[in-house]
Amino acid sequence: MVGRCAACKYLRKGCPEDCIFAPYFPSNNPQRFEHVHRIYGAKNVATLLKELESLQPYFRAQAIETLCYEAESRIQNPVYGCAAIIFHLQQQIHNIESELAKIRAEIAVLSSNGQGQGASEMQPSTEQVHEDRFGSSSEAPNWFI
Amino acid sequence: MASSSSYSLSCNSPCAACKFLRRKCMPDCVFAPYFPPEEPHKFANVHKIFGASNVSKLLNEVLPHQREDAVNSLAYEAEARIKDPVYGCVGAISVLQRQVLRLQKELDATNADLLRYAGASCNRGTGRGSHHGQNSGLYSFSSPWSSTHDPYGN
Repeated sequence: MVGRCAACKYLRKGCPEDCIFAPYFPSNNPQRFEHVHRIYGAKNVATLLKELESLQPYFRAQAIETLCYEAESRIQNPVYGCAAIIFHLQQQIHNIESELAKIRAEIAVLSSNGQGQGASEMQPSTEQVHEDRFGSSSEAPNWFI
Repeated sequence: MASSSSYSLSCNSPCAACKFLRRKCMPDCVFAPYFPPEEPHKFANVHKIFGASNVSKLLNEVLPHQREDAVNSLAYEAEARIKDPVYGCVGAISVLQRQVLRLQKELDATNADLLRYAGASCNRGTGRGSHHGQNSGLYSFSSPWSSTHDPYGN
């Protein structure tokens, strides 16, 4: 059938007009569906899309984009997937905060030595990011606040 | 002569995966070491997002000593996807990246302050001009998403 989407081509079936995959898996990028299928399976992707039926098309497209991203991460790093990225970022945040604390301490010393001021106006960061690799998932921030 | 049976002699309860899948938990069950019966939600989440056969395939693709980490990261991703079906753990990545950027700017500003103080100290003859001028540098990933849109209308 002319014009099958990448998913239907991969699954070797006809691509109906209302194919749930067609908007997100164009035929010019077969690898995209192949990777998502390899990690999640076509049925699970279809289930996710059905769950998101009530959302605007933009968010359904975003869901597939992020799924593709996670699938690629998992294929490149079968052990940690994109949890490795999260861990790295948490590490980096910890490192930057440590450096900030050191520099603020040094500023406090310099300012008190030099100007007789008792306290630096700078407050140390009170944010703490846990170096939790895999989740106690309660540490995952709520980005909708 | 009684035939030796391959029937499981284990009296342990089935693992969470076999309980969920309603099947006998064999001694060589690939899931049993990583999905204890006390954590039924872990397998339920992973099953919902990845499916049992995909998890089994993924586990077989990694070395045995890496499987626990693989399962834990899959469980983390699954839970993130269930909590946020649109962005999954990419949402968390996006937030953390913004946090890194914000902290990096703060570090740059604080370094600049330190230079000022150090410069002032030099001028007063203390001779301290050193600073921790090592920027951590941006750790960038190709994650273009900014989770600023709320798909649920909150």
